[in-house]
Amino acid sequence: MKKQEQAAGIPQAAEASAGPAAPATTAPAPAAPQHPKDRLLRGDRLPHIWCPTCGIGTCVSSFVEAIEASGIAEERFAIVSGIGCTGRVAGYIKLDSFHTTHGRAIPFATGLHLANPELKVVVFSGDGDLVAIGGNHLIHAARRNIDITVICVNNFIYGMTGGQCAPTTPYGARTTTSPHGNCEYPFNVPHLVASCGAVYVARWTALHVRRMKQAMVEAVQKRGFSFVEVIAPCSTLYARKNRLGTGYDLMKFYHDNCEVRHGADTSTVDIGFQERIVVGKFVDLEKPTFLDRLNEHRERRARKD
Amino acid sequence: MSKNEAVLTGEHFMNGDVAVAEGALAAGCTFFAGYPITPATEVAERMAERMAEVGGIYIQMEDEIASMGAILGAAWGGRKSMTATSGPGFSLMMENLGLGMMTETPCVLVNVQRGGPSTGLPTLVGQQDMMQARWGSHGDYGVIALCPNSPQECFDLTIDAFNLSETYRLPVLVMSDEVVGHMTEKVVIPPAERIQLVPRRHTPLPPGEYRPFEPREDLVPDMVAAGENYRLHVTGLTHDERGYPAVTAPVQQRTVPRLLEKIRANAERIVRFEADGLEDAQVVVVCYGITSRVARLAVDLARGRGVRVGIFRLITAWPFPERAIGELSARVRGFVVPEINLGQMVHEVERCAAGRARTLHVGNAGGSVHEPETILAAIEEAAR
Repeated sequence: MKKQEQAAGIPQAAEASAGPAAPATTAPAPAAPQHPKDRLLRGDRLPHIWCPTCGIGTCVSSFVEAIEASGIAEERFAIVSGIGCTGRVAGYIKLDSFHTTHGRAIPFATGLHLANPELKVVVFSGDGDLVAIGGNHLIHAARRNIDITVICVNNFIYGMTGGQCAPTTPYGARTTTSPHGNCEYPFNVPHLVASCGAVYVARWTALHVRRMKQAMVEAVQKRGFSFVEVIAPCSTLYARKNRLGTGYDLMKFYHDNCEVRHGADTSTVDIGFQERIVVGKFVDLEKPTFLDRLNEHRERRARKD
Repeated sequence: MSKNEAVLTGEHFMNGDVAVAEGALAAGCTFFAGYPITPATEVAERMAERMAEVGGIYIQMEDEIASMGAILGAAWGGRKSMTATSGPGFSLMMENLGLGMMTETPCVLVNVQRGGPSTGLPTLVGQQDMMQARWGSHGDYGVIALCPNSPQECFDLTIDAFNLSETYRLPVLVMSDEVVGHMTEKVVIPPAERIQLVPRRHTPLPPGEYRPFEPREDLVPDMVAAGENYRLHVTGLTHDERGYPAVTAPVQQRTVPRLLEKIRANAERIVRFEADGLEDAQVVVVCYGITSRVARLAVDLARGRGVRVGIFRLITAWPFPERAIGELSARVRGFVVPEINLGQMVHEVERCAAGRARTLHVGNAGGSVHEPETILAAIEEAAR
């Protein structure tokens, strides 16, 4: 990067110190560097809103790679988000994208998918959005086996509003609304969706970029309700409130404390405060989707007529 | 079964809720999401049966919040979509109704009104959601709300609601009521080719040139559907013409006024009412929905007693016929406004009359229609 700028005649230091009055140098400005994923990202929306060392950006990178690796035509994808830090994902991905109301991404996505089943509808949202205010929609979409993918970035906290307690906050963890430690039990999210009928359930962390990507590929290729939970660092709020260090320290924690256990009984994968995190692919099964069943019933009815 | 299975051409004996469903199908609705609620359940039941016949989608959602969200999603998937509910469900739909207003999403929301507040009178009539229809979701936006007073109008106005939603790109409200919804009468469904339908206003521009929230001359932007490679972004945040979030005062101040102005500027084209006996009227009864049928009786009784009274039935409650009521107020002595609530649309009549004519409200807390005599008494009082 530095080499390129010097070649174009704009030393980095000069640019920084020149101040607003300095005229542009005679040399043409260097071409804006192209990110290899620019085609799938809305570069004109940068800078994004996420904090340094936030895990959401990592999830977006893996997701964009997963789209390319999925073999599914890009224009078939539609991204639906709710509200919150992760709710902003839809706005940065250069595909048909919808930023809906808090908790309601799944109903919107259900309508979008059923209106045009050719679309590959992916809900990309956070734990507060999907599991708290949107919890009812989450379990019913899983129950119906709606053919959509839900990517849930779980950072254990409400980030956008400044660090409040979530239904995923581990027992004992401090947040602005649990200043003496969370006294509630959190949801075991993979167990919740698996018990409601999800056909694909995986959990990884923001550290596991390649395995996360692979899970996303498998999820979007899966027919039926597929669910990927990604445990992601929130250094600004979760780490700070709990004196866990920086984003790096959280990643180091994942490195030291994650246990890969494919096919794990989801009832055993609950997450305690600073305790081991079981990751892996927990559920992968075949089951007719909502539309499969609807069409089956209609064909049966037509035969009777 | 007629050739076009969506349009049951012929004469039928059906209730208002079923007629709403048939109107939607005739308008090209192929997506219905709903949740059971008295007295609107028959709309969903009819749709569950009929969507199978026309190859559309019926889905019973987990609640009314989800129903409203699903029909918005379906609209962006390229379908004409509808949901139907009553008071408590209408309250739950307010959140995503706002998303529909902000994202200018064409769809239809039917409210078969019952008595409230809260659970209120599940099986009995009310007209208490008229102001909620106008102001129910937070923030400023324009509204179109239609008020059928018969099963035939349930059919006709549901088609109009779809057409208006496509023309002006917003969720349009059909404000029916329990009596109209459960009343069974003759409904004539015309041949499909005689039903005028407004298609989605699809942009003629290619991807790259199209800006999803750039209004045309009529203040309404053209639309595309997901999956057409326009890479569109749609958000409930305040957004610029590209659809990108722009949480700033300048963008708010040019975007949100247009949501009202697209209805206000086109109000003369949208407003509909039915008037009778206004020529020599000293008193005008302003009414809507089932109450208009009781009011008709009261007006006839008053005319029989020599009172010069006319009737003005709102077909669009919103936008309100401001000009017509304003003009009338300059030449009549008074307005009588019967409604099955304790004072809602009467405030609009008062506002438009601006003190030029007296306004008498004939309230009714709900559970039954008015006695014609109470309206008659108010007419006579206003004529004095």
